[in-house]
Amino acid sequence: MNSDSSDLLLDVNNLRVEIAQRQGTLTPVDDVSFKINAGEIVGVVGESGAGKSITGAAIIGLLERPAGIAGGTVSLLGQRIDNLPLKELRKIRGSQIGTIFQDPLTSLNPLQRIGDQLAETALAHLPVSRSEARDLALAALEDVGIPGAAQRLNAYPHEFSGGMRQRVVIALALIAEPSLVIADEPTTALDVSVQAQILTLLKDLCLKRGMGVMLITHDMGVIAETTDRVVVLYAGRVAEVGPTASVMRAPLHPYTAGLMGATPSATRRQGERLQQIPGSMPSLRNATVGCAFAARCQHVMPQCIDVRPPLIEHESHEVACYLHDPTVAPDGARHQLISSHGNSDGVGQ
Amino acid sequence: MLAYIIRRVFQGAFVLLIVGFIAFCMFRFMGDPLESILGQEATALDRIELRERLGLNDPIVLQYGRFVGNAVQGEFGISYRNGVPVAELISQRLPATLELALVSAVLALVFGIVLGVYTAIKREGWLANSIMSLSLIGVSLPTFLIGILLIWIFAVELGWLPSFGRGDTGSLFGIQTSLATVSGIKSIILPAITLGLYQMTLIMRLVRAEMLEVLRADYIRFARARGLSERAINFSHALKNTLLPVITIIGLQLGQIIAFAIITETVFQWPGVGLLFINAVQFVDIPVMTTYLLLVGAMFVVLNLLVDLLYAVIDPRLRVAKR
Repeated sequence: MNSDSSDLLLDVNNLRVEIAQRQGTLTPVDDVSFKINAGEIVGVVGESGAGKSITGAAIIGLLERPAGIAGGTVSLLGQRIDNLPLKELRKIRGSQIGTIFQDPLTSLNPLQRIGDQLAETALAHLPVSRSEARDLALAALEDVGIPGAAQRLNAYPHEFSGGMRQRVVIALALIAEPSLVIADEPTTALDVSVQAQILTLLKDLCLKRGMGVMLITHDMGVIAETTDRVVVLYAGRVAEVGPTASVMRAPLHPYTAGLMGATPSATRRQGERLQQIPGSMPSLRNATVGCAFAARCQHVMPQCIDVRPPLIEHESHEVACYLHDPTVAPDGARHQLISSHGNSDGVGQ
Repeated sequence: MLAYIIRRVFQGAFVLLIVGFIAFCMFRFMGDPLESILGQEATALDRIELRERLGLNDPIVLQYGRFVGNAVQGEFGISYRNGVPVAELISQRLPATLELALVSAVLALVFGIVLGVYTAIKREGWLANSIMSLSLIGVSLPTFLIGILLIWIFAVELGWLPSFGRGDTGSLFGIQTSLATVSGIKSIILPAITLGLYQMTLIMRLVRAEMLEVLRADYIRFARARGLSERAINFSHALKNTLLPVITIIGLQLGQIIAFAIITETVFQWPGVGLLFINAVQFVDIPVMTTYLLLVGAMFVVLNLLVDLLYAVIDPRLRVAKR
């Protein structure tokens, strides 16, 4: 426990993000809690609109009005960062938290040489001279594996391929050696072979520098390949948190199980169909009182509809589901759920 | 890059040829020039003789060719009204117009861009909102009305500035200009504001709209996430990207400053080519009118060429071919 708390990098506690609108307040992130330790890659997964990116933006204070943090805390290395004034926040962005966005084609200023963009970032955070910043820029490009880095410093973004541009974006995010990196769908815009390279690069850098990484993605394959732990979000709430291998092998939350069933894998028998999760995620406008997944869940129980399930610890996971709440669930339910993975008919009637 | 410039120059020359053709057609369709040159007592023989001498019996293509040939050499014919070569008339009047246009353009660009950036950054500030509301006046009031209002306030009521004329001219770097004397500078203020106000408000609104668009771009968000200062984001990243599309329109607008100088010059009796043109219209002085048309056409072509070159300087993506 002691070593655990000393390694604790990011602590998101009951984070709530609200968007004030004329028709009422929307809550895209509702009571989300998770932790990231140094040197750990944590995947945040969920379908579109589950609140993944907004959570990432809230952590670095990049929410744009009318969206804003309405509750909870975000702490980095024990210091609260969710209530900092812009000036203080700017010191943290880039120097302690690096951010990588989805689309490398639009993340770089098209009119500025990448060497200048790198040097500018270094100068903003480190006590270095212009020429030292230039050296750092070169080193940063070499670190992310750009061939001929010295010449490439003078190139403009349009002179790079998509994969190389994402490497430049990573170099930019990491030049001031942040302790945490938030990567928001870093490989979604890239083709598959390049995806693997970028993920390997991120993993290597994370290992080498002992950074924590928050990897936001909707791709279970990326999660399986890259992450140590995974946070499953559904409709702005945490459905399940646990070690990646264990979550993939034995998902506790029916939604996680559904995600696994909908993911193609090499071990799946030939001709076997992918499972769909019936229905769709509730709209933010019709917030549910109980469990947000209740309407799509095969194991739904009366209390699921009336009372929102709390996040409880179960085995090595945390899960927000009454099936695993010993005070509520009938004993057999768990086994049914696990066996239902890949065979969804005739269970939970 | 050189090939690009050469191609653009040829395009410009082609546009001027077309403008020249329209100007030439004015010659042909605005009545028989013999009527205005010869008196009523001229005999039929005189007419045939003059027609032959002026080359009016030649095929149209040949006449057009001769017209273009002369124009290229700076020969635009002789003014019907005062019998002076048009080229001479224009060259006397052009400095006054260019000087007025230049001062207006500088006013429009400086205030337009600065206010545009300000209103984009302080989107919800009361000052920015007031500026935006006021700018509607500049966009919607016609030029002559602005001119008359300014004369009324600053010349008639307050008596601070002269209401018409160019004032004294002096020599500045070997050029005769009213900017070299106090009375000249005083005289140019009102017409320059009148001429530039519309363009200024237009540039301002354009810069604001484009800047708001750029500020939403991913690379601005990424720059924020990298912890850059607001100033670096606004000026080094956003402004340059904002100006890129705006430059094209600014180029056209500056051409319009010269073209629209007609109204301002009339209101302020500014002795430039615009006023010359208005007087020429009253006397159906066709050579002067055609030459003015060609001149304005040439201004637009040159400005657009400059804009295109500037574009290539600012936007590295257009320089790809060079590497």
